[in-house]
Amino acid sequence: MKAAVIVFPGSNCDRDTKIALKKFNIKPIMVWHNDTFLPKVDLVVLPGGFSYGDYLRCGSMASKSKIMSEVIKHAKKNKLVLGICNGFQILVESGLLPGVLIRNNNLKFICKNIYVKVVNNKTPFTSKTKKNEVIKIPIAHNEGNYFIDEKNLKKLKTDNQIILQYCNQKGLVNKESNPNGSLINIAGITNSTFNVFGLMPHPERASDALLGGDDGKFIFNSLLNYARN
Amino acid sequence: MKLRVYVTLKKDVLDPQGSAIKNSLNNIGFKSVNDVRQGKIFELNLNENDENKSLKETEEMCKKLLANLTIENFKVEIAE
Repeated sequence: MKAAVIVFPGSNCDRDTKIALKKFNIKPIMVWHNDTFLPKVDLVVLPGGFSYGDYLRCGSMASKSKIMSEVIKHAKKNKLVLGICNGFQILVESGLLPGVLIRNNNLKFICKNIYVKVVNNKTPFTSKTKKNEVIKIPIAHNEGNYFIDEKNLKKLKTDNQIILQYCNQKGLVNKESNPNGSLINIAGITNSTFNVFGLMPHPERASDALLGGDDGKFIFNSLLNYARN
Repeated sequence: MKLRVYVTLKKDVLDPQGSAIKNSLNNIGFKSVNDVRQGKIFELNLNENDENKSLKETEEMCKKLLANLTIENFKVEIAE
């Protein structure tokens, strides 16, 4: 399996993502945001960071960069796109995913391990997990508060597009386990065809037991499983 | 031609910065403040002298970049 990691000015998780992909036998190719050519890959990863210094709105400027029109074409062909943290913000700004990520409700940058529950395990990104499995994974963001209007939230629910929800260690989704004010504890969603996935937690930072946990492997193993079939 | 763009949060969208500012105003003695909503102003200078064309083009800019219509409204006006 081959993956393109898009590097924007201000990306800072691009190399961590590269290391994690390699570890799970996914070949990474780094692609600069100003390029107009996207190599033939199975997966595009938009990494975490602060693209364009978070100017205007997080992810807004990056979503208009040259390579993004190629990423949108790639997604429209039903190929895989994964957006982590700032990558998730770029995906909502580009229109590949619905909704928006606004400022955390406590106005603080939150950097800590949290728990998420896998709500839908029937996607290319979660197939190697069990439904309702609880995963320990770090978040590190200032704008992770997911918002969408009521009508579209309903659609997300009925179409099973909500993939991850913040929860406590036991898997209970409640107000106390919501770190940032995100609507119904949403931590990750897909598009309606399940090939574009955005999440605020950082799986690449939880891909080595030596570095405090490897629960993030669920995504990489699922992707490999998808590529094999 | 000079234009001014106002980008404001839609009514139902939570504004944590606005509420922090409101609390701060209350704390320094402005007890009458019930609510604060924070927005943005852009001042643009266009290489175009036709008012209608300028307004139309700036509206396009708002839809494509300056505002996120999921959470924000915008208003464009000619600035003298």
